[in-house]
Amino acid sequence: MLEISNLQVKVAGKEILKGIDLSIKPGEVHAVMGPNGSGKTTLAQVLAGRVTYEVTGGSVQFEGKNLLAMRPEDRAREGVFMAFQYPVEIPGVSNAYFLKAALNAIRKYRGLDEIDAMDFMALVQDKAKLLALDETFMKRGLNEGFSGGEKKKNEIFQMAVLEPKLCILDETDSGLDIDAMRLVANGINTMRSPKRAMLVVTHYQRLLDYVVPDFVHVLVDGRFVKSGGADLARNLETHGYGWILEEVPRPQAARP
Amino acid sequence: MALDAKQTYVAEFASAEAELHGPAWLRELRKAAIGRFEALGFPTQKHEDWKYTNLAPLLRTPFKPAILGRPDGVVSERLEPFTFGILKTTRLVFVNGRYAPRLSYLRPLPEGARIVALADILRQEPEGLESHLARCSRYQDDSFVALNTAFFLDGAYVEIPKNTVVEEPIHLLFVSTSKDLPIAAHPRNLIRLGAGSQATIIETYAGWAPDVTFTNAVTEVSAGPASVLDHYKMQRESENAFHVGTMTIHQDRDSSVTCHSMSLGGALARSSVHTLFRAEGGSLVLNGLFMTSGTQQADNYTRIDHAAPACTSVELYRGILDGRSRGVFNGNVYVRKDAQKTVARQTNKNLLLSKEAFVDSTPGLEILADDVKCNHASTIGQLDENAVFYLRSRGIDEEAARHILTYAFATDVVNQVKVAPIRIKLDQLILSRLPKGAGLGESL
Repeated sequence: MLEISNLQVKVAGKEILKGIDLSIKPGEVHAVMGPNGSGKTTLAQVLAGRVTYEVTGGSVQFEGKNLLAMRPEDRAREGVFMAFQYPVEIPGVSNAYFLKAALNAIRKYRGLDEIDAMDFMALVQDKAKLLALDETFMKRGLNEGFSGGEKKKNEIFQMAVLEPKLCILDETDSGLDIDAMRLVANGINTMRSPKRAMLVVTHYQRLLDYVVPDFVHVLVDGRFVKSGGADLARNLETHGYGWILEEVPRPQAARP
Repeated sequence: MALDAKQTYVAEFASAEAELHGPAWLRELRKAAIGRFEALGFPTQKHEDWKYTNLAPLLRTPFKPAILGRPDGVVSERLEPFTFGILKTTRLVFVNGRYAPRLSYLRPLPEGARIVALADILRQEPEGLESHLARCSRYQDDSFVALNTAFFLDGAYVEIPKNTVVEEPIHLLFVSTSKDLPIAAHPRNLIRLGAGSQATIIETYAGWAPDVTFTNAVTEVSAGPASVLDHYKMQRESENAFHVGTMTIHQDRDSSVTCHSMSLGGALARSSVHTLFRAEGGSLVLNGLFMTSGTQQADNYTRIDHAAPACTSVELYRGILDGRSRGVFNGNVYVRKDAQKTVARQTNKNLLLSKEAFVDSTPGLEILADDVKCNHASTIGQLDENAVFYLRSRGIDEEAARHILTYAFATDVVNQVKVAPIRIKLDQLILSRLPKGAGLGESL
C-alpha cells in the first residue's frame, strides 16, 4: 500500500529525514518510535503533504501512485489520513459542516453523490458513540475551546467517519488521560481491518499497549536504526532509547 | 477641486430651494444648514475623522439633486434581491430619496405606532417635528449632515409609543438609480422610540450597476427610557455608487440599542455611527462588518460618547478585504468625567485576502472618569495557513478551504443577528462575495 524509499526531507534548510525506507501492506499496523527531534512528526507531516517540508530525495508510492506529487487534498481523497498532533482550532466552522464538506469532497473525487443529510446524521451519530462524544459536539466550532483530549478524540472521530485506507497517527497519545486513551485506542482498534493500514507515530509505549503494532521501527536522527515486533516497543519503554543509541553507533560526520 | 464641488452644491441649493417644500421652520433650517455647509466645505484628509479616505472621486462627479431627476421606472420585481424572503415586514421604499408608495407594503401596526414618510408628516403636522428633527444629528459640525439637512426630500418617520412593542421588523429600503445624469439623494430618517417600547428596524441601501449614484443618508434615533432597538444597516449599493451614511443615536436611561452595520457595496462608502448615552444604565452593541474587493473603499467611523454613568458599550467590527480595496476602522470612545462605572469594549479585526488590500485601523479610547472598565483591541492578519492545511488534509480543496475560513472570520458578527431571515440573507451575501462561495451552500 505504502512504499517509502530513501526519503530525505529538509525543514528550513536543515536535513531532518536522511533516507527512510518503509513498506506497509494492507492490514498492517506499523509503529514509529523515537526520541524527541528524531524526525517522527516530519515523517507524518510530509506524508500528509505539508508544504513547509522540502523533499530532497527518495520517493513515496501510495497504491502505486506518486504520493509526493499529489496536493494534500488529493492525498486525503486517495485515502490518506493524518491525525494531527496539534489539531487546529477553527472558530466559526462547525464540526458538522467541516466533516460534511470533507466527506463530500472525498465522495465527489471517487465519483459518488453527495451524502444525504439524514444518512450523514446517522453516520456521525454512530461514530460519535464510539468515542463517547455528546450531541452538542457537532454544532460546536471545529476544535474551538476543546481540551487536548477532546481534540484527539475529534481526530479519531474524523478518521472513523472518513474511513481512510492509510491512517497516520501523529503522537495521538500525547496529552491524553487514561479514560480518553482507552476511548481513542478503542476507536483506532475498531478501525483495524485487513484492508486498512496504520502508521502510529509515538514517543511512548502507552498507546501501543492498547493498539498492538505488527511492526515497530525506531527512528533516531532521521534514520530507522532498528525494527522489530511489538516486543521492541516494550523494551524501549523499560530501558529507554539509550541502549539503542549505544548499540547503533551514529555515523561519523564527514570531515573536510 | 473641493472648492468647485462645494460651490456647485451651494448653487444647486439656490436653484432647488423653491421646490424643497416644508414648513417655515424647516426652510430656515435648510438655509442655515447650507450656510454651515458652505462654511465647512467638504472634509479633507487633514480632517482627523477623514484622514484615511480621499473624497476626490466623489467630488469630481457632477451629481444632480434628486429633485431634478426624471421619474425612475423602478418596478417591484427589481427590489426582490433586497428583501428578506419569508420575513414579514412593513416595508417603506424610497427611490432616490423619495417615498414610493406603490412599492411599499404596510402591515398592521400596534395602536399609535407610525411608520410613514417623513414628508407626509411634515405636510400633515407642520409644527409637530420642529423640536425633534435635527436634534440628534447636528449639521453644525458635519458637512454631509449639513448637505442632507439642506437637500432632503423625504425619508422614514418611525414613532413607537410608550410601552409598545412592534414585533415585525420594519424595513426601510432606499434604492438609488440614475439614467442619464448622476443623481444625488439625501434620505432623512427620524426614529423615535417611546419609553419602554421595542422595535427592529432594517435600513437597506441598494442600487444597480452601472448607475452612478450618490446617497447621503442621515438617520436620527432617539431611544427613550428602557426602550429596545435592534437596528440593521445593509449597505448594498452598486459598484459605481457613492454612499455616505450618518446615524446618530441618543440613548435615554436604561435603553438598549444594538446596531448592526454591514457595509458590502459601493465604490466608496462611509458609514458613521455616533451614539450618546445621555442618562445612566444604557447599553449599546455596535456590530459591524465590511467586505471589500476590487478597488472599493469602505470607511467606518464610530463615536460612542459615554456622557452618563453606568452605561455599557460593546463594539466589534470585522473587515474582510480583497483585491486592491481599502478599508478604514476609526473608532472613538469617549468616557466623560462623570461617567463612572462605564464599561466599554472595542474590537476591530481585519482579514486581508490579498497583498494589495489595505486597512487602517485606529481604535481609540479617551477616558476622563477613573472608575471604568475599558479596553480596545485591533488586529490585521491573513488566513492561518495551518488552518488551510488542516482543511486540505481532510480532502477539502484549497480554494474552498480559503472560502470556508474567510466566511468563518465573519461568523462572530453574523451570529449576533437575532432575526433568522436577516441572518440567512447576510450569510448568502457574504458567501456570494467569495469568488466561488455560493458553492459552500448551507450555513457553516
